[in-house]
Amino acid sequence: MKEEIVIAGFGGQGVLSMGKILAYAGLMDNLEVTWMPSYGPEQRGGTANVTVILSDSAISSPVLDSYDTAVVLNQQSLDKFESKVKPGGTLIYDPSGIHHLPSRTDITVVAVDAMSAAIELQNSKTYNMILLGALLACRPIVGIDAVVRGLRKTLPERHHHLIPLNEQALRKGMSLAGK
Amino acid sequence: MTQEEIIRPENKVYSRPDLLCDVHTHYCPGCSHGVVHKIIAQVLDEMGVADRTIGIAPVGCAVFAYNYIDVDWIEAAHGRAPALATAANRLNPGRLVFTYQGDGDLSAIGTAETIHACNRGENIAIIFINNAIYGMTGGQMAPTTLLGMKTATTPYGRRADLNGYPLAITPLLAQLDGTCYVTRQAVHTPAAVNKAKRAIRKAFENALAGKGTSVVEVVATCNSGWKMTPAQSNQWMAEHMFEKYPLGDLKDVESKTK
Amino acid sequence: MEEVKLMKGNEAIAHAAIRYGADGYFGYPITPQSEVLETLAELRPWETTGMVVLQAESEVAAINMVYGGAATGRAVMTSSSSPGVSLKQEGISYLAASELPALILNVMRGGPGLGTIQPSQADYFQATKGGGHGDYHLIVLAPSTVQEMADFVGLGFDLAFKYRTPAMILADGIVGQMMEKVVLPEQRPRRTEEELRAQCPWAACGRGDRDHRNVVTSLELQSDKMERNNERFQKTYRAIEANEVRYQEYFTDDAEYLIVAFGSVARICLKAIEDARAKGVKVGMLRPITLWPFPTAEIARLAKQVKGILTVELNAGQMIEDVRLSVEGTVPVHHFGRMGGMIPNPGEVLEALSACFTDLKF
Repeated sequence: MKEEIVIAGFGGQGVLSMGKILAYAGLMDNLEVTWMPSYGPEQRGGTANVTVILSDSAISSPVLDSYDTAVVLNQQSLDKFESKVKPGGTLIYDPSGIHHLPSRTDITVVAVDAMSAAIELQNSKTYNMILLGALLACRPIVGIDAVVRGLRKTLPERHHHLIPLNEQALRKGMSLAGK
Repeated sequence: MTQEEIIRPENKVYSRPDLLCDVHTHYCPGCSHGVVHKIIAQVLDEMGVADRTIGIAPVGCAVFAYNYIDVDWIEAAHGRAPALATAANRLNPGRLVFTYQGDGDLSAIGTAETIHACNRGENIAIIFINNAIYGMTGGQMAPTTLLGMKTATTPYGRRADLNGYPLAITPLLAQLDGTCYVTRQAVHTPAAVNKAKRAIRKAFENALAGKGTSVVEVVATCNSGWKMTPAQSNQWMAEHMFEKYPLGDLKDVESKTK
Repeated sequence: MEEVKLMKGNEAIAHAAIRYGADGYFGYPITPQSEVLETLAELRPWETTGMVVLQAESEVAAINMVYGGAATGRAVMTSSSSPGVSLKQEGISYLAASELPALILNVMRGGPGLGTIQPSQADYFQATKGGGHGDYHLIVLAPSTVQEMADFVGLGFDLAFKYRTPAMILADGIVGQMMEKVVLPEQRPRRTEEELRAQCPWAACGRGDRDHRNVVTSLELQSDKMERNNERFQKTYRAIEANEVRYQEYFTDDAEYLIVAFGSVARICLKAIEDARAKGVKVGMLRPITLWPFPTAEIARLAKQVKGILTVELNAGQMIEDVRLSVEGTVPVHHFGRMGGMIPNPGEVLEALSACFTDLKF
């Protein structure tokens, strides 16, 4: 098993931390993991993306030209990464702010209105966890329990009371993705 | 009286400090460096701290200071002595770490290192020899060169419009919260030498006691660079240098004089 | 049981330094390596091992703090990225000339000048050919994984103390910024004063019971003596060349074409090689782990077996010079590189292979 994922959007949407949570979940499941961010001032308000690879064998390149799965959160990222999804792969996008819809027919395209769902949950910070839930629904590479164990391990104790809300967001995302 | 009758312990009025190495120095006759080296060696002798002292030598005339005082030394790159002293002191608690720097080293190329070491309040002593000229490289202008002073790079005299103003850096260092003792001394008379020695001892004691950074500026002569005799140099210094660089304590946190 | 952690290469450096028992870190922030100092500040080793951590006023001050600390026999390090490492060259030359052990990390970014903050390998010449003034070399280690970032801290310090010469970890923005699994070394105690005095009898740490003073200096105005100093340095470098070459080979047994790449780029190439082999093309790779000393003999050996060599670097062609010197014209050596912070992907490496070697079909 090897899953090559790119997550891309605006800085501040939780792109890098979503990738990080996924990477930690991989660690919990004893998978090999790489997390390679775009870095620098572009993170602050510009575009940000992160490549996450989960594999049951050693990972060579942390830098890729094609992906099994892309999660894109704005138009720029959709334009950049739609063509880079491998045939048969998965493209997940948030339709808010998207004017030019994805057009490929050789991949699975899933629209997840995570923004509205986050508003429903009354916490905009659940946005990226909803998308992570959607990703895991489409590509069950790690279980929700691994994500929760990862959160428990990496979040400081004072934030542990937020874990149930995050779990709720994950499940919400899973159901939005139709699973 | 025979020579043997004269050379007796009871007749001895002066001796070389134990820590001052029994070698010829490379300093010009009449240079202030030798006097300052001697009083540093005397102070280290008297304090009994030679076993735990690390000196940091500069680039400038005092580059070979490590040949003359019998303690451990590190020879720094030009201007970087306070950075070396910072690490040597922080990594080796209980040591007396002092830098010995000239006006080019401390107030030109090493200005940043000097100011920031002082501002951090490193527990070190900085001995600053200000003779208003670059001796080692052949008498060029220093930041502290007085207006009108002729040097190899100001052959018609220093001009403010061409070369900027003489830099009095110790008052600037005295303003920093990290310094505990900033003083300006000279070594042109026996009385001045005794005062300078007391100042250096105080600076060393402050460093060992962890009170912050002490700076002892010694307004000094460079008779070779100034093209004067040693006696003329001392007179010229008193008449001209002390006006721009007046002697005395600029800051002493303990005695609340500031 | 050893614990597997997930962290950035830069963070691994900080953890590994503390666990090695390093005495001091002196640095100045610059992207993409600021996490080293940030992580050390977060971990507060001065409260546990007693390690000194200081944010200096400049890269120049930081390397001179390293010089001052190293002169007292302490295990000290600094880190920076390309423009900052240029500023450190003065101090690095002094460290080499004063025969002082120290560790310097360069997380390379694209230059020249202020350039970009994105990954690069354009400081290969600077790192391996001296960098500062005078005839000297650094031991240069090129990590390609976060695990190697952690491991090379200890290796770098050990080699630096063994040969009394500064060592450099030459990383890049990819391996500094990426997170992957790492097993950190065991915590070692810092050396005691007695151990330091025994291991570093040259250290200017205060005379103590010694019957003589120690002076650490790079100055020697008598040319005959200065030449002898240089001869001593060169003897050290020859010993390092004889003993410390490190490299890793991938698929070289039956390789008909060879890629030479270092650091994170070697991983991109490995992926390209996996793809090439899936198509039946026999490509192998040699990854120099020490860039100085360079694995000259090993590349010469492989040159007898392959039809051609491609170096892949994040620069305009720097390591290729050492590869060409290794093979002495026996096989064609080509270069493929991206510059300015651009990173080639595995597909581009394959395209470069087939462009350089026309008999190679994918």
